[in-house]
Amino acid sequence: MSRKFNAGYYVSEGFHSIFTHGFMSFAAVCMIVACLIIMGSFTLLAVNLDNTLGDLESENEMLVYIDDALTQDEARMLQPKLAQVDNVAQLTFVTKEQAMADYKAKHNDNIAVLKDLPDEALRDRYRVHVYDIERMAETQAALEQVPDVAWVRAAIEIADGFVMVRNIATAVALVLIGILLVISLFIIANTIKLATFYRREEIAIMKMCGATDGFIEWPFVVEGMLLGLTGALIAFFAQWGLYQMVAKFAVQGNGLSLVNMISYSSMATTILAIFCGVGVFIGVVGSLFAIRKFLQV
Amino acid sequence: MIRFIDVHKEYDNGTKALKGVNVRIDDGEFVFLVGPSGSGKSTLIKLITAEIAPTGGRVMVNGFNLNNITPRQVPQMRRTLGVIFQDFRLIEKKTVYENLSFAMRAIGASNRELRRRIPYVLQLVGLEQKGDRFPGQLSGGEQQRVAIARALVNNPNMIIADEPTGNLDPQRSLEIMMLLERINELGTTVLVVTHEKNLVNRFNKRVVTIENGRVISDETGGYYNVEKI
Ligand SMILES: Nc1ncnc2c1ncn2[C@@H]1O[C@H](COP(=O)(O)OP(=O)(O)O)[C@@H](O)[C@H]1O
Ligand SMILES: [Mg+2]
Repeated sequence: MSRKFNAGYYVSEGFHSIFTHGFMSFAAVCMIVACLIIMGSFTLLAVNLDNTLGDLESENEMLVYIDDALTQDEARMLQPKLAQVDNVAQLTFVTKEQAMADYKAKHNDNIAVLKDLPDEALRDRYRVHVYDIERMAETQAALEQVPDVAWVRAAIEIADGFVMVRNIATAVALVLIGILLVISLFIIANTIKLATFYRREEIAIMKMCGATDGFIEWPFVVEGMLLGLTGALIAFFAQWGLYQMVAKFAVQGNGLSLVNMISYSSMATTILAIFCGVGVFIGVVGSLFAIRKFLQV
Repeated sequence: MIRFIDVHKEYDNGTKALKGVNVRIDDGEFVFLVGPSGSGKSTLIKLITAEIAPTGGRVMVNGFNLNNITPRQVPQMRRTLGVIFQDFRLIEKKTVYENLSFAMRAIGASNRELRRRIPYVLQLVGLEQKGDRFPGQLSGGEQQRVAIARALVNNPNMIIADEPTGNLDPQRSLEIMMLLERINELGTTVLVVTHEKNLVNRFNKRVVTIENGRVISDETGGYYNVEKI
């Protein structure tokens, strides 16, 4: 009778021990994967948003209208002077005739008034692209200082809007990443703390034999590092799948392709490196937290 | 060598476990530390192993001054000691051989040193045939001999045993004591804590008696005499 009881006890103890160890490791890896994917998704969203905003920004041009008194040739001669203005990236000269043709084409010749307008009704102008749209107002003022420039039209409010959206998105992503990093650290620290708890007898024996703290710490640091790396690898591939799904959806969802997503494979090495770096960092720092507290007895 | 000079130990809860203990144990000695339960024997052992710090007096162990030992020196000091407990403290899921190699690896011994040292120590404690057994497959006396082998495996100056026979029947207890005597004859200092009067009286050794936190007698060739108090 007692033998039967013992056998059952040993078997259940054995399973219990394996399950508890395995489960904690599994839970820690899952948490790292989840944190990395959430972190990665927000970063990828921010990167794509930034990229899309970059596209929109580059379409955000200024128009420099040239004084009517100048002939078209004289107006063309202004190009080098305008190019010298700080922050000017690209200059395109547009004659008044070309401007009128564009205007009419854009409005499909529908508006009767336009038909009667002479080609000379518009001014010669330059289309100007800037490097940095945050300095658009400043650039506008500088361009207006150039002699023979009548006036400069710039959509400052739109430019400011773009800048604000981008800055908010970046800030939100950074805050979220920071919070998730702390949560991951906390969870891995608790996992390692549990691991040290399960091995407290072995640790006590090692200390009694004269093992140094470093010798006792190392296996746990390695354990944390491996958990972090495993999580990073799983997260890398899961993130890939997720990204492809979203990319497919985004392309199908709008034919306009307003969202122009960057391909995952072009960022794969960077993402893998960052995930592994963050995973190992979380694992090592988390386990050091756990052990330092434990060894201070 | 161990020196206790007017050592006091008061625990955080106010219990005064040691009240001015003076003891000196020289290299090569065999000493019984006896006394009733709660008299402060384990406290004295824990002071030697630097598990706890004295609240007064001076403690010297094998050339280390434990009053101002640095955390980095503690492991070095512990390598000069081999400690044995009443409850054996073996790792159940490791074999006898693995328990010994675990203790040697803990201080960075090489595989070559392991292969040379472990068979010798197992033979010394009479377990050369049982290296691949698990602790659960051994009797209590055999398990305690594994613990003694583990204490010896890193070649310490001194063996400290806190009630090593507390869980064993009289015949096994006697065998363990004889084994410790043999180890002492081979040159290792031995300090054995016990409260088993009959056992102590079978050996003609130095007996330090502690009662209520004070040493009340210290006689070479003496015996454990509770009635005397
Ligand atoms: N960690 C502790 N905290 C508080 N009191 C303790 C602690 N350990 C032991 N004591 C007390 O100190 C006294 C001596 O204990 P101990 O050294 O274990 O005696 P012995 O080993 O001789 O039985 C006892 O009164 C015991 O209750
Ligand atoms: Mg005791």
